[in-house]
Amino acid sequence: MKRHWWKALGVIIIFYTIIQGFLGEVPHYFILNETIRNMYFHVTMWFAMIILMLASVIYSVKHLSSGSRISDLKAKELALTGVVLSIAGLLTGSLWAKYTWGAFWVNDAKLNGAAVTFLIYLAYFILRNSVEDEQKKGRLAAVYNIFAFVMMIVFLGILPRMTDSLHPGNGGNPGFDQYDLDARMQMVFRPAVIGWTLIAVWVTTLKIRYHQLLWKKEEMNDELEN
Amino acid sequence: MMNWKIKKNSMMKNKIVLLISALLILISGNLVAQGPEGVEMADAMRANGKIYVVVAVVAIVFAVITVYLISIDRKLRKLEKEAGK
Repeated sequence: MKRHWWKALGVIIIFYTIIQGFLGEVPHYFILNETIRNMYFHVTMWFAMIILMLASVIYSVKHLSSGSRISDLKAKELALTGVVLSIAGLLTGSLWAKYTWGAFWVNDAKLNGAAVTFLIYLAYFILRNSVEDEQKKGRLAAVYNIFAFVMMIVFLGILPRMTDSLHPGNGGNPGFDQYDLDARMQMVFRPAVIGWTLIAVWVTTLKIRYHQLLWKKEEMNDELEN
Repeated sequence: MMNWKIKKNSMMKNKIVLLISALLILISGNLVAQGPEGVEMADAMRANGKIYVVVAVVAIVFAVITVYLISIDRKLRKLEKEAGK
């Protein structure tokens, strides 16, 4: 039970996000109306995704320096959960865009950047699957993962700020946190990021443990054959 | 040894109770909050109380997902114990 406290924390934070996210007071803005609450659900997907990708890169570097198989597995599974979060982010963002910007997809630096990021990480898995040799696969994937992370920062964090973007905080648009995202919203938004990250990490650990069991099974089969 | 374990467990329970109380205190602020008017918001939906139904539905969906996650977690732990032997 002691080792699982963070899972309980994640679940309780998400319940808080759901309840407070719908019932809490939010600033009143034209066009945005109640959809500003998507901050708690759409934007948090991307924040959690970036945190997971950062963790993935750290494990990739660890794998490069130590060559440990488990670090490579952790890097891969964290990136996979990150991609799932980015799918959720793309779909929810597209729906939100339809009702505030008028179309499911607009030619916006951040949207295209998000799509490119998604493709870059898809390529990570294609690269993994195309190399047979375990060690080579791990090292190649780790190097590519560092590249992918840097590209993600460029496409999501830098390029949208240099050109015009409909997203707040980009291309001269004021950020949500300047006046839109007031203290009441921060009280939900910040915990929500932590909550979704914890849930995503939980799911990732389940996948990691599943793969470790598979390894054990393979080892046992090898022993039986010898 | 036994006593120590029981103590650990009750400490864990205390922590969860504390977390849930903190959650309730944070949510209770809604009862007095009121914003300026003029921009169209779903105030009517909140006034007749129906939004609570949606909140409950979403909360139940998340609760079901949580239970499912816990059950997968437990199954994995069982397999890990077996494999560890």
